[in-house]
Amino acid sequence: MSAVPLEALPTEPAHVEAVRIIEGRSPLRLAWARLRRDRVAMVSAVTIAILVGVALGAPVIAHLVGHDPNTQYRETGLTPDGLPVGPSRRFLLGTDNLGRDLFIRVVYGTRISLLVGVVSTVLAVAAGVAVGLAAGYFRGAVDTFLARFMDVVLSFPFLLFAIALVSIVGPSLTVSIFVIAFFSWAAVGRIVRGQTLSIREKEYVEAARSLGAGDLRIMFVDVLPNLMAPVIVYTTLLIPTAIVFESTLSFLGLGVVPPTPTWGNMLSDSLQFYQVAWWYVLFPGLALLTTTLAFNLLGDGVRDALDPSTERLFAAS
Amino acid sequence: MSDPDVVLTVENVVKHFPIRQGIVVKREMGRVHAVDGVSFAVRRGETLGLVGETGCGKSTLARCITRLYDLTSGRVIFDGVDISRLSRRQLHPFRREIQMIFQDPYGSLNPRRRVGSIIGDPFAIHGIADGSQRKRRVQELMEVVGLNPEHYNRFPAEFSGGQRQRIGVARALALRPKLVICDEPVSALDVSIQAQIINLLAELQDEFGLTYVFIAHDLSIVRHVSDRVAVMYLGKVVEIAPARDLYDRPRHPYTAALLSAASVADPDIADRRKRILLAGDVPSPVDPPSGCRFHPRCPKARARCAVEPPELVRRPSDSPNHLTACHFPVEATDDLARAAGTGGPPGGQGRSPR
Amino acid sequence: MRLLEVSDLTVAFSTSDGVVRAVRGVSFGVDGGRTLGVVGESGSGKSVAALTLLGLSRGANVSGTALFEGRDLLTLADDELRRVRGARIAMVFQDPLSSLHPHYRIGWQIAEMIRAHESASRSAARRRAIELLGLVGIPRPERRVDDYPYQFSGGMRQRVMIAMALALDPRLLIADEPTTALDATVQAQILDLLVGLQRELGTALIMISHDLGVIAEMADEVLVMYAGRAAEVADRRTAYYRPHHPYTLGLLASIPGSAAAGGDHGRPLRPIPGQPPSLITLPSGCAFHPRCRYAMDRCRIDEPPLRQVAGGVAHRSACWLPLNAVGTGEEAEAQRQRVAESGRAASRATADGVT
Repeated sequence: MSAVPLEALPTEPAHVEAVRIIEGRSPLRLAWARLRRDRVAMVSAVTIAILVGVALGAPVIAHLVGHDPNTQYRETGLTPDGLPVGPSRRFLLGTDNLGRDLFIRVVYGTRISLLVGVVSTVLAVAAGVAVGLAAGYFRGAVDTFLARFMDVVLSFPFLLFAIALVSIVGPSLTVSIFVIAFFSWAAVGRIVRGQTLSIREKEYVEAARSLGAGDLRIMFVDVLPNLMAPVIVYTTLLIPTAIVFESTLSFLGLGVVPPTPTWGNMLSDSLQFYQVAWWYVLFPGLALLTTTLAFNLLGDGVRDALDPSTERLFAAS
Repeated sequence: MSDPDVVLTVENVVKHFPIRQGIVVKREMGRVHAVDGVSFAVRRGETLGLVGETGCGKSTLARCITRLYDLTSGRVIFDGVDISRLSRRQLHPFRREIQMIFQDPYGSLNPRRRVGSIIGDPFAIHGIADGSQRKRRVQELMEVVGLNPEHYNRFPAEFSGGQRQRIGVARALALRPKLVICDEPVSALDVSIQAQIINLLAELQDEFGLTYVFIAHDLSIVRHVSDRVAVMYLGKVVEIAPARDLYDRPRHPYTAALLSAASVADPDIADRRKRILLAGDVPSPVDPPSGCRFHPRCPKARARCAVEPPELVRRPSDSPNHLTACHFPVEATDDLARAAGTGGPPGGQGRSPR
Repeated sequence: MRLLEVSDLTVAFSTSDGVVRAVRGVSFGVDGGRTLGVVGESGSGKSVAALTLLGLSRGANVSGTALFEGRDLLTLADDELRRVRGARIAMVFQDPLSSLHPHYRIGWQIAEMIRAHESASRSAARRRAIELLGLVGIPRPERRVDDYPYQFSGGMRQRVMIAMALALDPRLLIADEPTTALDATVQAQILDLLVGLQRELGTALIMISHDLGVIAEMADEVLVMYAGRAAEVADRRTAYYRPHHPYTLGLLASIPGSAAAGGDHGRPLRPIPGQPPSLITLPSGCAFHPRCRYAMDRCRIDEPPLRQVAGGVAHRSACWLPLNAVGTGEEAEAQRQRVAESGRAASRATADGVT
């Protein structure tokens, strides 16, 4: 066919300009702008940034303070009676029952919490999206099998499974990550499946099919981008759940092996000493609370910012 | 055997949707007779209009033609090739030749993709032109349909309904198809925008030698754009004729009722017209009436109509292209308005003088 | 005194994107027993205006007056307005599925509405409900009165809505796109029903639609709205055969087989270029000028008021074109183009190819 003549058809004369001042901004950019306006979400984001900084810079902080997380400072860190020392200039947050610097331990605990929280979430989301997408898109036998599988996983009693697994394999960081990811992916999968089921009925998917697009292309190019919003929201809200999950595991002694500090095992140890060392209970708990709260608030903000119901065109009639 | 002038032949196409119920094993409880034996041919360069109300099966038929649905039975022959049973891979090259424009300007474009990417999709899927060459061709298309090519990187949400429909048109025309199925392309648009798109489609048809199947429920628009028109009711074609013949001398009572019901933007004509008001609503395609499907609502129905389904054939004194499926077609002397029990101008004997 | 007299109605909404001026000073009215047809596309403000009359525009800034039976609807207290709504003014919406409560039988819904306004016994209200269903043409009303909304088809549901609207014998019925979602044959039934009921009950009707065919059939007087303002007001025949405003002319030229095309379905369409404006950032001067083929320099600066058009008693148009240039005839068209050309700066007159 010969080249297309480049004359625009005379439907929009020169002096007509569409009264549209909006720039070429993607839905994600618009959401980001909305998020920036949300004060609470921004404060949470900054808090998380600080936490990440703390986690990454833990060795530096330890070096600056001059204390090590696992060293027991018996002379300076314990009273003559052998009890923990309260917050002071030398020990910013006090010490624990073995004379270890609580501040440094909390700082190092941040590493574990964030690492496990983020990695297990990422794994869970990856698995959930893959399975949910396949189930929702292909339907039929594939869907029946995968959906039932997800239902089974969701009905597993996590504690019993965790205990069983740990007793066989032994507690460790890797096991923690795996257990948490295993119990989180199915919820993501269910949501993704539901979204996929509704997206695949949309006309633009039909249009892609009529153009001859294959299943894989449709899944990745047309369906997946439209899943991003709920997936991002869910991810942001899944991280604090994973962090609490990890703390629970280590609280029960099923997580990371001591003496590595985690907030969970610190809390667990602290309970015996709450009468004599309130700081031992308070500060790890506060750290956990702050982190969880920050992620949850950020997650709420992200969800509001990504709310697709805000159509840019106002059609009043 | 096959007429080289005929682009599309639809032969006894049937599409039923089973209704399944059951807990463990799903059993078929009934079927939706969406399309129940439709046949027609479309010649190169012509526009065949397809009209009908909800449940008539026109949209389902469109999707059968483009093989978005598999046929329950019957054949779809495109350019001499029977595409009804081809596998997906075999069908792939035909996807370049048969394209579809969808009704909903807000739903037919992926909101998360840029317009340039959406229009470039056909090129990507069929491995034609990539990189800067593809971009150039996409921008050419945008100009052809009346969009500013500089808006290549914008998202659908930044365009109005009419502009989005132009994007849909550009996407459909990217690979220079032979046949374009337009499924209610202007129904969701404002009146002033509808005319823009209709004109655009007409110009493109001339420019690129396209053949259209134009599906709509607005009779005025169908009449304006079509060379021939087919009227569907409950999964069957009840009448098919050149546009002028159909509108001036409808032979099927349903066509006559439909035409009399259409709204006309002309007060004198609206006043003069005698409305044929049909009783009741369109029956469900799950359990269509026996014999002629229209017989329960037809002002001319007689005993035979409940028993014997009529054939779509030419009636004596009609032109050779005018086919009607009716045992007792409308005659010039008929007063269907009276037969339907609703004589006279719309409710209006007692209307205040203007 | 007219049954309803609306003066200078203005409705604005504050949104995060800016102030949406949905209605910008519209005046209209309707007499008892007559029909006003309000025509407009999306963004014209027609629905917002109607909803505001009944106090259904939440969070809006409203000004102007709306005198109904001597009282200003816009200043009524909530409970007063509730008494007016339903009993004196009733409304029928486009989508009966969302207007009827899905979980209650329709007979019950109608009866409850009656009992909310009048002190009637349950059985009396129920009898009235059955009577109303019969009035709107629902077959076997005594049986269908106990059905749920989902058991009715689209057309039947709309009849139920009309029955409910007429239950208390209102003086004015506002129908907002009542047939848009319905098939052509069903639409014909509903319009026929409305006309018949109007004749029988003497109800005034405000018919809001984007469908010029529906308005051509139903209206006595026509109000054409564009971007929140009245573009043209005229009686039915004048609006279709002797329009003045370029928007009205443009609409008629966009429809195949309309009065403007002389009923010829083959004549090429002359669409209005561009699209309706955003109600947040309206064009300066006349809101229609970016799309108007007769736009003059003045149109960009001054917003034209509704002016009396020559020849028509109640014919008004908000346009700067000469007031005697009406209709689609050659002479009028030539006059418009002449005036338009001279109204533009000399350099533009040569650049614009006058079609």
